[in-house]
Amino acid sequence: MAIEARLRVRRYDPESGGEPYYQEYETSVPEWGTVLDALIQIREEQDGTLTLRCSCRSAICGSCAMKVNGESALACKTKLVDIAPDGETVTVEPMGNQPVVRDLVVDMQPFWDKVQAVQPYLQPAGPPESGREYLAPNDAMQHLSGVMNCIMCGACVSECTVLEVDDKFLGPAALAKAYRFAADPRDDKTQERLVDLFDMDGGMWDCTHCFECVQVCPKGVEPMERIVKLREMAMDAGLQDHNGVRHSKAFSDSVEHSGWLDESQLAVKSFKLTSVKDQLGNMPVALRMLMAGKMPNPIHRPISSVREVRRVFDETERQHQQQVNESTSQKEA
Amino acid sequence: MDALRYAWFPGCVSRGACRELYKSTRAVAERLGIELVEMKEGACTGAGVLSERNPELAQALNARTFAMAEQWDLPILTICSTCQGVMSGIKHILDTDATAREQANQAIAADGYTYRGTSRVTHLMWIIVEEYGLERLREQVVRPLAGLRVGPFYGCYILRPREVLAFDEHPGRGTYLEQIIEVLGADPVDYYGKSKCCGFPILTMNKANSLTMAGTHLAEAQDKGADCMVTPCPLCHLNLDAQQPDAAKYVNRSLDLPILHLPQLIGLALGMEPGELGLGQHVVKTNAVVSKVFAAAA
Repeated sequence: MAIEARLRVRRYDPESGGEPYYQEYETSVPEWGTVLDALIQIREEQDGTLTLRCSCRSAICGSCAMKVNGESALACKTKLVDIAPDGETVTVEPMGNQPVVRDLVVDMQPFWDKVQAVQPYLQPAGPPESGREYLAPNDAMQHLSGVMNCIMCGACVSECTVLEVDDKFLGPAALAKAYRFAADPRDDKTQERLVDLFDMDGGMWDCTHCFECVQVCPKGVEPMERIVKLREMAMDAGLQDHNGVRHSKAFSDSVEHSGWLDESQLAVKSFKLTSVKDQLGNMPVALRMLMAGKMPNPIHRPISSVREVRRVFDETERQHQQQVNESTSQKEA
Repeated sequence: MDALRYAWFPGCVSRGACRELYKSTRAVAERLGIELVEMKEGACTGAGVLSERNPELAQALNARTFAMAEQWDLPILTICSTCQGVMSGIKHILDTDATAREQANQAIAADGYTYRGTSRVTHLMWIIVEEYGLERLREQVVRPLAGLRVGPFYGCYILRPREVLAFDEHPGRGTYLEQIIEVLGADPVDYYGKSKCCGFPILTMNKANSLTMAGTHLAEAQDKGADCMVTPCPLCHLNLDAQQPDAAKYVNRSLDLPILHLPQLIGLALGMEPGELGLGQHVVKTNAVVSKVFAAAA
């Protein structure tokens, strides 16, 4: 059985000086046909000027990421029967957050530059003891199997909400790659990597936890979860001088103390107490909230079972410390 | 129809900076006949912050809350996209990772709690559509919000990741706000930013990025003709409402868009008074919205 495919494709040729526009195409593909199959067929049979990038057609090479109905995906992994079973029009656009070269092709140079910036290669302490290869126990590598699936397609970068407002952000792909090496038991530069990503503008603290990258990654890399882990590793390694850590610590202290969040304290303690600029910077919003009757009650009462919460803190801090020690000793071994 | 009864988890913000959300939730639930049994002893979910500090801690704190609801044999009702997302995410881990579950149960055992996995986490927005029912809500509308143009703003954690939020079972969850807006008689405004991030989580780390994000979405909705936004997330509310005057500076333009909590919008259509819904407790004044609604009803 064939599927009637209706594609509305964003066309753009910067060299022509014209504006982007949408062009509609119709074609017929087999029932297993993908968005990529339809695009290739259109290019071959109807319009040789339609420009796209693709290679393996098997969700391995990462070449054909584009926006399908507004969400980034591999065109070769997106079956028409799943998204347009009744011949609905499918909108196809180039990825976001990257300059368009032509039609569905974007310039990935900024993507590669950011991946390069995190030194995406193993940096062991010296030659391997065996003289042949660096050995690591299976269970010390298992947690990296998901992040190693990255095929550098750029779908996560395309959806990143922070990159929409700040192109200095390293972004989900590069930070996930950074985690992949920082958390590798054979790597000897973990601390240096963490310090770099901790201090830099556009590093680990600029991710906003929006889950866009997790949602669209076609290989289950979950970049945001890796950024979360980088922050955990940095805090476990004792790095402290950042508002991200101050915020995390103040948050945790508040919940441990009362079982719930004391927003007034959090607003103050999330910044350096000695930073006049930061502390004064809080004043206008505090005043506005006060005027609107939105200021939290200054007397923050603990929940009556707060002892139970504190016990959970004690117990899990112990569990967590044990895990940190285990992973450190693995690294040293 | 069975009475709707929930273990209500109000979250920290509705008892702190957004008490108008707490108040309007109570009032609207009572009007609709939805019984809320407040979980006064539930601890903070950690909002994703505790998870990245110590995942075991966040898992155990939430396992304790789930165990409480299991003892009551009630589903947990949240009124915050973030509480809901963090709880759903952690529940997913506890339900699929036996080691994590065992560790969490070990941490809460001393006080007599056990997480068994029989609890369920839901959100006010979800139950209005899935359990209360839109037709039933339509019948309760006595003051249709005719002509009111409302920009929906979801908040990330009620939309993503879909795999953890049962979108396979409820594929419509990405359009519930629009559906509710329509049932109340108002017109949903479609705009790109409605499913994007408000920027709140990085407010203390990168204020410029955070408020540029908020400002961009506010400007877009305002330019598309929205009279107000509605959100099921009080954290989004903080960045969009309390921070709106600062956000305007980051996007170099004027902004004046009232942000309503979901139960406030519903309450207006149910004929409730602005005071009952805490509509005076906003940084961006809601008077224009209230006037428009009252004028349409007159």
